[in-house]
Amino acid sequence: MLPSISGLGRSVSPEALLEPGLDVAVKKRLADAALNAAKAKGATYADVRIGRYLNQFVITREDRVQNIVNTESFGVGVRVIANGCWGFAAIVDAKNESDTAKAAETAVAIAKANSKIQKEPVQLAPQKGFGEVSWKAPIQKNGFEVPVKEKVDLLMAVNGAAMANGANFVNSVLFMVNEQKYFASTDGSYIDQDIHRIWPNFTVTAIDRQTGVFQTRNSLSAPMGMSYDYLQTNPKDKITGITTRYNMGYDMLEDVTAAAKQAKQKVAAKSVEAGKYDLILDPSHTWLTIHESVGHPLELDRVLGYEANFAGTSFATLDKWQSKNFNYGSKQVNFIADKIQPGSLGAVGWDDEGVKTKQWDLVKDGVLVNYQAIRDQAHIIGEKESQGCCYADSWGSVQFQRMANVSLAPGKEKLSVDEMIKDVKRGIYIIGDGSFSIDQQRYNFQFGGQLFYEIKDGQIAGMLRDVSYQSNTQEFWNSCVKVCDDRDYRLGGSFFDGKGQPSQSSAVSHGSSTARINGVNVINTARKI
Amino acid sequence: MAIILSESEAKALMQKVLSYSKADECEVNILGEERGNIRYARNTVSTSGSIINKNLAVRSAFGKKVGVATIDEFDDASLEKVVRRAEELAQLAPENPEYVELLGLQQYVKSNGFFESTAKITPSNRAEAVAQSLQLIAGNASKLQGAGFLQDYRGYRAMMNSKGAFAYYPSTNVNFSLTVRTDNGKGSGYVARGYSDFSKLDTVGATKIAIQKCLGSAEARALEPGKYTVILEPTAAAVLLENIFWNVDARSADEGRSYFSKAGGKSRLGDKIVDERITIYSDPTNPELPSSPWSGDGQAQSKRMWIEKGVVKNLAYSRYWAKKQGKQPVPYGSNMIVEGGNTSLEEMIRTTQRGILVTKLWYIREVDPQTILLTGLTRDGTFYIENGKIKHAVKNFRFNESPIIMLNNLESLGKPERVVSTESDQNYLIPPMKIREFTFTSLSDAV
Repeated sequence: MLPSISGLGRSVSPEALLEPGLDVAVKKRLADAALNAAKAKGATYADVRIGRYLNQFVITREDRVQNIVNTESFGVGVRVIANGCWGFAAIVDAKNESDTAKAAETAVAIAKANSKIQKEPVQLAPQKGFGEVSWKAPIQKNGFEVPVKEKVDLLMAVNGAAMANGANFVNSVLFMVNEQKYFASTDGSYIDQDIHRIWPNFTVTAIDRQTGVFQTRNSLSAPMGMSYDYLQTNPKDKITGITTRYNMGYDMLEDVTAAAKQAKQKVAAKSVEAGKYDLILDPSHTWLTIHESVGHPLELDRVLGYEANFAGTSFATLDKWQSKNFNYGSKQVNFIADKIQPGSLGAVGWDDEGVKTKQWDLVKDGVLVNYQAIRDQAHIIGEKESQGCCYADSWGSVQFQRMANVSLAPGKEKLSVDEMIKDVKRGIYIIGDGSFSIDQQRYNFQFGGQLFYEIKDGQIAGMLRDVSYQSNTQEFWNSCVKVCDDRDYRLGGSFFDGKGQPSQSSAVSHGSSTARINGVNVINTARKI
Repeated sequence: MAIILSESEAKALMQKVLSYSKADECEVNILGEERGNIRYARNTVSTSGSIINKNLAVRSAFGKKVGVATIDEFDDASLEKVVRRAEELAQLAPENPEYVELLGLQQYVKSNGFFESTAKITPSNRAEAVAQSLQLIAGNASKLQGAGFLQDYRGYRAMMNSKGAFAYYPSTNVNFSLTVRTDNGKGSGYVARGYSDFSKLDTVGATKIAIQKCLGSAEARALEPGKYTVILEPTAAAVLLENIFWNVDARSADEGRSYFSKAGGKSRLGDKIVDERITIYSDPTNPELPSSPWSGDGQAQSKRMWIEKGVVKNLAYSRYWAKKQGKQPVPYGSNMIVEGGNTSLEEMIRTTQRGILVTKLWYIREVDPQTILLTGLTRDGTFYIENGKIKHAVKNFRFNESPIIMLNNLESLGKPERVVSTESDQNYLIPPMKIREFTFTSLSDAV
């Protein structure tokens, strides 16, 4: 599910975002107080998360700044197992050991109360303690250290370029996040982590006043597990072609200039003729199809029914996995789950229950081979350890299973996008993500995009509009006939993936190289009113 | 200090905050709330929690330079500190050309949205409500799995500014939703209820409906996608109609980038856009759906027509945009009500030769803002009607349809009910509706 934005915390000055958080020794004391209190009250397991969450959003349109938001949220969440049942309690601005101990005691009381209607005791995969360790995102330039004026100047330049190139309107935003997380558990881990995320983006609108037709073009940036270094452009991060796309560095000015021209082109573009087409999907588009049709259905909590009342269940049931021959996709299709890829939104050293992160196969040579699981689910799929997919969006939210980065592996044989297009007789080349919708078991989906180009007899024949495609997950990935090689591999992602009740938000990346999917049903979305 | 302040306590606190202000203008917003929830799945409780939140926000302005700072501690030193911080941020901020000077004293209508029954909910009340639901599900002879969520809210919001405006509104709310599935995964039924008054919530009655939908929806047969007459239950209609509510912004319409824009640079204000039986309005005093009598910036809410007898009567003008366009400001409504008709759901079914009864729609996304074309799928109870009777369950469909086109194809309306949007969690008053030529574009295997 996309998107949802969770409670952000209190507003602070930009300078406050640079102040150091609590010293590690203080955090350890606060954590130990909670762990000891939980054990004293009868907990058989406890973990403590001390979190400081910093956000800065700069929001503009045309020639003006609409809002600059700086927020900080600090608190402690304690999770325990008592009488075989989970309990959770959290406390804002916990400043001393008695605060964290009290949260632990409340969590134990809730666990004991709920245990009366619990059917089976929680079974946790064993996890060794790591002692006192730390992990920092490998960022080059901390965006919170960049003066706000510099960010405003960048967005004003972006908006100016859009207007100078024919846009009627432009909205641009810079999102920056820093999660400072400390985790401790009765397994003997004390883990201090520093995580950064950034997402510069815009929407350009072009309007034909006479006819009343309007079209938009969104940025082709990706939200990244990086900081201001993502905005340092470098020619090696640019993929040129029909329009420039970006890898680990984003040229916002260049992209918005192209976007303004393309939004106008879209107004006058040919409306697509509905029918079957071979689709050439750019990574800036494919990430969302992977997210919805592979990432979500292979979340084990959905498979088991824990999300039945909201996000839904999954078509990828345990019997399909147990058969060892369920063809999720064609032989070209390999999906990899990952929590370590540098620059990705999912990369951390340890997850939110103290499990060291890793990479593993979900679909190998087209066959479903695994799911994404956490400690209390690992035994269900015969795993001896968790895969490290546990996450909470705040100190005040209970951690649960969230999506790892799930990516389509690049093709093993050398293949460029031009070579891929050369063989297509009737196709559409789709760049950027657009409208998206999928059923609650992840069979039937519909996706739009930002840019659509008609392919006729191996040549790009011009721009199209009003394009969406509908397909079925298994049929779609089994129609994947080619994937470009790793020269074309890029990440896309979601800053605000929503799941759970109450809903929590998480950020996740999905990588791919350009892929060809044959014979997909394309509909025309224009309507006359 | 209590989390939920009385009107006089809130007033005194905000007066104190304003006394520290040295800015040209200052506005204080304060909230206090307690939320509780319990979640269950696979016929057992999975998580439960409670969250207490209080917050005070100060917005200070020097000319058109504006700063906002918030705090969750209410002692005198903290209050003064938050005012100083807002003023420092304002001095640092670039000028906001869209800043409009604050409103003076306003008069507000009375709206009773706070119910003791909801304010007093305890964790054991929640557990009891859920236990009754679980008992029915686990006790059913067919093997069934229940997954549900109960969430309650009690709280208040208040606002005061340096020009003399003061507003206070306490409210309560409880939302309950439940999905019941057959063990073999072939049937699934859904129900959702939302009330201000917890004493109206009947989890047993609601659970029976979800069980009935679940058992009835097993063994669904496939129908060809295409245009069908549909009967949308209020829960299904809500998620389509709220996309009209979200689009009533006058600025986007005037700028030429919304459905409410039209060729030649005009808006659709005054145009007849849907069937004349459609009237959509806001009314904070409606006893079934009480809502705040003031908008976030202190403007008074009143009964306001958005679409009356099919004609666009109002679009929402922010105070900035109204001033620029020489219009009166119109705040977004704090609730949305769709007037109904006299046709019961049973009557709608009885008079349908061939059609589809839809319980719920899911994953609604806008495909084209020009026409508010939406896509999404049916879910948790979709049934085929033939010759006035429900014949059998059908496999779920994906649709591509605009709520504007849909409301031009209106056959009949029933009595409005309070519903919870499965997309936004908002509560509305929406009638069941029968629509001809609703566009289903593909089939889904999902149950």
